[in-house]
Amino acid sequence: MSLALEQILNGLQFGVMIFLLAAGLTLVFGIMGVINLAHGSIYMLGAYVAASASSKGAPFVVAVAAGAAAAAFAGLAIELVVIRRLYLRDHLDQVLATFALILIANDGVSIAWGKTPLNMTMPPALAGAVSLGGLTYPTYRLVLIAAGLAVAAALYVLVARSRLGMLIRAGATHRETVAALGVDITRLNTIVFALGALLAGVAGALLAPILAVQVGMGEQILILTFVAIVVGGLGSIRGAFVGALLVGLVDTLGRAYIPVVLKPVARPEIADSLGGGLSAIAIYLLMAIVLVWKPRGLFAAGTR
Amino acid sequence: MVTTLRAALAALLMTSLAGSAAFAADPPPLKIGMITTLSTAGGYLGEDMRDGFILAMDEEHGKLGGVPIQLLVEDDGLKPASGKQIADKFRLQDKVDVFTGIIYSNVALAVVPGLVESGAFYVSPNSGPSQLAGAKCNKNFFVVSWQNDTPHEATGHYAQYLGLKKMVVVAPNYTTGKDAINGFKRTYHGQIAEEIYTALDQTDYSAELARIRAANADGIFYFLPGGLGINFLKQFTNAGLKKTMKVVLPEFSLESHVVSAVGNDAEELYGTAHWLADLPYPANKKFVEDYTRKYHRDPTPYASQGYDTAKLLASALRAVNGDVTKADAFRAALRKADFKSTRGAFKFGPNQYPIQDWYSMKVVRDPKTHKLTIRGVGKILRDTGDVYSSQCKM
Amino acid sequence: MNACTRILIYALVAVSLDLIVGYGGMVSFGHAAYFAAGGYTVAVLAQSGIDAAAIAWPLAILVSAALAAAVGALSLRTSGIFFIMITLAFAQMVFFALIAVKAWGGNDGFPLAPRNVLPGVDVRDPNVLYAVCLVLLVAFVVVSGQLVESRFGIVLRGARSSERRMLALGFPTFRYKLVAFVIAGAGAGLAGALWAEYARFVSPDMASWTRSGEFLVMVILGGIGTLAGAVYGAAVLLGLESLLSGFTEHWMLPLGVILLVIVLFAKRGLYGWLAGTGDG
Repeated sequence: MSLALEQILNGLQFGVMIFLLAAGLTLVFGIMGVINLAHGSIYMLGAYVAASASSKGAPFVVAVAAGAAAAAFAGLAIELVVIRRLYLRDHLDQVLATFALILIANDGVSIAWGKTPLNMTMPPALAGAVSLGGLTYPTYRLVLIAAGLAVAAALYVLVARSRLGMLIRAGATHRETVAALGVDITRLNTIVFALGALLAGVAGALLAPILAVQVGMGEQILILTFVAIVVGGLGSIRGAFVGALLVGLVDTLGRAYIPVVLKPVARPEIADSLGGGLSAIAIYLLMAIVLVWKPRGLFAAGTR
Repeated sequence: MVTTLRAALAALLMTSLAGSAAFAADPPPLKIGMITTLSTAGGYLGEDMRDGFILAMDEEHGKLGGVPIQLLVEDDGLKPASGKQIADKFRLQDKVDVFTGIIYSNVALAVVPGLVESGAFYVSPNSGPSQLAGAKCNKNFFVVSWQNDTPHEATGHYAQYLGLKKMVVVAPNYTTGKDAINGFKRTYHGQIAEEIYTALDQTDYSAELARIRAANADGIFYFLPGGLGINFLKQFTNAGLKKTMKVVLPEFSLESHVVSAVGNDAEELYGTAHWLADLPYPANKKFVEDYTRKYHRDPTPYASQGYDTAKLLASALRAVNGDVTKADAFRAALRKADFKSTRGAFKFGPNQYPIQDWYSMKVVRDPKTHKLTIRGVGKILRDTGDVYSSQCKM
Repeated sequence: MNACTRILIYALVAVSLDLIVGYGGMVSFGHAAYFAAGGYTVAVLAQSGIDAAAIAWPLAILVSAALAAAVGALSLRTSGIFFIMITLAFAQMVFFALIAVKAWGGNDGFPLAPRNVLPGVDVRDPNVLYAVCLVLLVAFVVVSGQLVESRFGIVLRGARSSERRMLALGFPTFRYKLVAFVIAGAGAGLAGALWAEYARFVSPDMASWTRSGEFLVMVILGGIGTLAGAVYGAAVLLGLESLLSGFTEHWMLPLGVILLVIVLFAKRGLYGWLAGTGDG
């Protein structure tokens, strides 16, 4: 059943892709209480900078670092100029502001790099395939899984074991107390936001070799990310991880098997089209089911 | 009640202010309304088409057929509603009689019927929907590029010719995608091992690629416009499938932007086209040279189509001396298509869609520059129209 | 006139959305689904030969109201971000369903034959259609205004500020919210029907999540919980888009900057700023 194994690996890999984005988003929303629609745009910036650096000859690791740095820097700028003024405002104002940022980012990127999608070449060392007991699997996708797991582990250590992490968790539930204890909440928020942006940039840079680096690439994946953090529970890194994996698996396995299952039961044209349609909404059905069962997501954290 | 009055006043004030947000128009030059897609991920198609059109105008220093032209260009953002709104504005406020520009068929279908019904002329530089090619053809509607199905029929032909016995076909799960696959199946008579429909917002194709691998086919045809195709091709190559399967594509999946966006993954791709940069016609050589010199990038089919559209309009405008109110004469001149296109001689079919040759092509590495380029291989179809023209009774 | 009609239609959707967002505290990110439902109902009826507006428009309202009832019944069990996501999810399902149905044109959408007929009123004349849309918009704003000041509205607004308190007082808040959600959906459906008349074309992007986002932006821009603000928001957003794209192909950048400036400095939306209340 190597095909089934391959599809499961595919689902996990896709889920890990989403986790890289979901981690940042859940930190910002769950802990800071800010809805950041521009998260996808930061991811896009990471991809563009990495692809651009790579096309100018930078080695892969440098290009990824460049993308991550650019994203973190952008996150910092956004927090200082925009988000900072919106902490005490309605969530909806944050929606409008970050929506405006999406417009600016998409146009800005097309002014800076033109309208043609960019290419990022995969480093030849990672471009091959690996043999996993009868199954040949692309090396790069395994690299993505490894990277995602590494990020998850690093985040866990950061949030659960470090002083910064403790402050983040405390600041989420008892903002005033932490401030009263002399911690600079504003600076803390800035750090969290920049951290989320950094993660998004890493995601963009790592995905650039296998995706189209184009205007609007952030919005495509943003919806999946939101679904993942809602399913997983807001503010929980563990939730984001599980939620992202679930979304990845359901979406991938849905696309892999729903059409196949429908074929013997329905006419070919209907099976294909219905199958395609059903697998497209599979993750929304997943979310609806999870929310009916656990209205705050699987691993709801804190009170927000 | 005050709130309501305020709202009503606000409505009237705001809407009339907003509604009059358009260019003030100057009399003499002939206005041509170009509604096209310049933003969103698909924006580079409109950009190329517009640049090709303007290049033709440059040859006559801002004129077409000796007539000074005022080109009004606006972005439809790939939204049918915006396209319609811009069309209305151009027609009613700017009094435009000649339109062009739309890239995507869903926008075209929202805009064109209303325009041609009101007596305006529309010359399509890209979208060639089947809905307007048959019974619903209109005497004021001309298509310079192709009918949407034909590129896929040509590809099916080529796949057949390449001797591919078993193929996988992939397209997004929407009408245009299904039309593409139907077009392909019209001319490809081998075995279709798998017919895969993807989602329009899909980024990861690993599940489909696993299905494709399991199908053990010797070739693949896909219609995945823009970024979708780039994603797919990168992942397809990364999965190692190019070693066992030949990739045969219609030209929109294989133009120079796509090739530059996928880098080395473009190697060993086969395709079909109605236009190639290396077609030996003098008009084409001039076009390619001038385009590359002015814009510092390689021309794409969209650019050539924009250029040809402008040239067609120039030939017709010359015949009526710029007076498009002489509708019958203008229409007859358009039908005559007396211009030298980048594809050689140009002629329309009975439904005013083109009848033209189709070529096969391959992506090869240029031995001198080591860059991946698209090379024409041969002619696979001669003087071919579309399957809907017989239903058009004009 | 035509551009103005488009603004009126979108304003109607925005006002209906403000009803549930501003007064009910229910942030729906899937309102475009009802807009599309209304439009497609009219289009499908026209395709089957029924072109009487007196039949088509009420049916459009009914269909969108029914859809809203179904979605609301399931979604209103959640709140906050979860409600947002669930409403989004349902709208996505509608969107993908519309794309998949080939008989309705799929992604290309489908055009309508000549406009529907309203007894005594020639809706084919763009000026007449503009007047009809204006009348309906004003009527909807008036009715909504009455609604939010009525007992129903007070309970709704009470539920928005503290659901627990209203429940303790004995009000079945779920029912109130659902009714408001259905009314909002019906309003959007009517707008969809008008859209089908105006554009003579319906397409699945009428239900896309970006469309829902646009409606939400109009409401927020204008000032939530003001009804009239939603009209301003629609006019300004569409007007700016139209104005800017007439000047440059890179119109999204200045639009984004303007929106950003407005949200940062006009704390209660355009309505709040124009009305001069608060510190906007």
